[in-house]
Amino acid sequence: MGDFDYSVIFNNIPFLVDGLKVTFLLTILAVIGGMVLGTILALIRIAQIPIASWLAAAYVNFFRSLPLILVIFWLYFLVPLFLGRPVGSFYSVLIAFVLFEAAYYSEIIRAGISSVRSGQIAAGRAIGLTYPQTMRYIVLPQAFRSMVPVLLTQAIVLFQDTSLVYVVGLKDFLVSAELIANRDQRLVEMFVFVAIVYFVFCFAGSLYARHLQKKLAT
Amino acid sequence: MISISNASKWYGDFQVLNDCTTHVSKGEVVVVCGPSGSGKSTLIKCVNGLESIDKGKIMVDGDVVNDKKTNLNILRSKIGMVFQSFELFPHMSALDNVILGQIKVLKRSEDEARARAHDLMAQVGLSEHAGKYPAQLSGGQQQRVAIARGLAMDPIALLFDEPTSALDPEMINDVLDVMVNLAQDGMTMMVVTHEMGFAQKVAHRVVFMDEGCIVEDAPTDQFFQAQGSERAQQFLSKILTH
Repeated sequence: MGDFDYSVIFNNIPFLVDGLKVTFLLTILAVIGGMVLGTILALIRIAQIPIASWLAAAYVNFFRSLPLILVIFWLYFLVPLFLGRPVGSFYSVLIAFVLFEAAYYSEIIRAGISSVRSGQIAAGRAIGLTYPQTMRYIVLPQAFRSMVPVLLTQAIVLFQDTSLVYVVGLKDFLVSAELIANRDQRLVEMFVFVAIVYFVFCFAGSLYARHLQKKLAT
Repeated sequence: MISISNASKWYGDFQVLNDCTTHVSKGEVVVVCGPSGSGKSTLIKCVNGLESIDKGKIMVDGDVVNDKKTNLNILRSKIGMVFQSFELFPHMSALDNVILGQIKVLKRSEDEARARAHDLMAQVGLSEHAGKYPAQLSGGQQQRVAIARGLAMDPIALLFDEPTSALDPEMINDVLDVMVNLAQDGMTMMVVTHEMGFAQKVAHRVVFMDEGCIVEDAPTDQFFQAQGSERAQQFLSKILTH
């Protein structure tokens, strides 16, 4: 162990922090975007609108059948082609994550909506609320409350999955660390450090999710 | 005010409502009773379109409920409904339960809705509980909040679907007292219940249902004076002997 040189970490903190910022920014934006799109997909599926519900279901099944890394890779080439101009790897990756995560969030949210008693919908409709209003004010708030732990767990998985952006060369936390590791020939130190950082954030998140789960159960 | 003409409804092959005809006039209190599975809850849910009928016609305040052109949201806002299992919104305080519909459906101002909600909470005897969440209230208290929620829409009629069936015995009277007061104030009410004491006290008519049919529809006195159908008398003797 005497060969370890941890100064490589401390000397490069600003660079690593920049990478970590990218990882966090990507995670947060993808969670928000994925949840918004996922909620829309879930609502369309539950409303049983003839063609739209089928399309939403097809969307969900399509993205859940693809490896994430493939989606990242494809979107990196497809988005600029689609828009007719380069958008940079961050945005192409963000779009890939939002599209991909929405499929998973949609299933979580659909389960959450189904867990709300049907009598609640009847009660909302009985006071004259429209179907969308009933969803907005009665069903979704209750559904989200019961889903928070699961949504958080999904966000943790997403946080780990953002490391896949290395395939398109986006400088997230892992890629930044790898660059330093190669430049300074300090592979072991850097990758141990990276593992610890991922572990600390994910473990803390899991503990919090478990805490929320317990709190909800009481 | 409410008129049900030859209403029939099927769940697949099973007929839940069989050619039901009855009415509730303005200011009238009509109690609907009958054994479980007789279709009485289904019938009352058809009145505000929470369930649909397959044949016949239901009219409320001049509008045909089972007409596609009728705006059910507007119609429902004019008829309050109280459920067996209360169905208060658990993520809102009792007061906010009473406020929500006023703001979102009737477009009242926040202040106006709040003031009205406080009045109604006082009317059902729960002023001091206004800020509590449903889970912090007893069943009887929750049901009274549910009545206040219905009243907040200034309904022309109130529907009750077994409002006391899910309550502990000692709480039933608190809810019935509120309902008796409403009846005596002239509220139009259609009440599915087994509370025959309530029926005798305030109902103008009693409708007895069995196997999807309205077997009897009689003024309250007449209904309880053993002049009715054999089936209704059997039912009454079963629930009144204890």
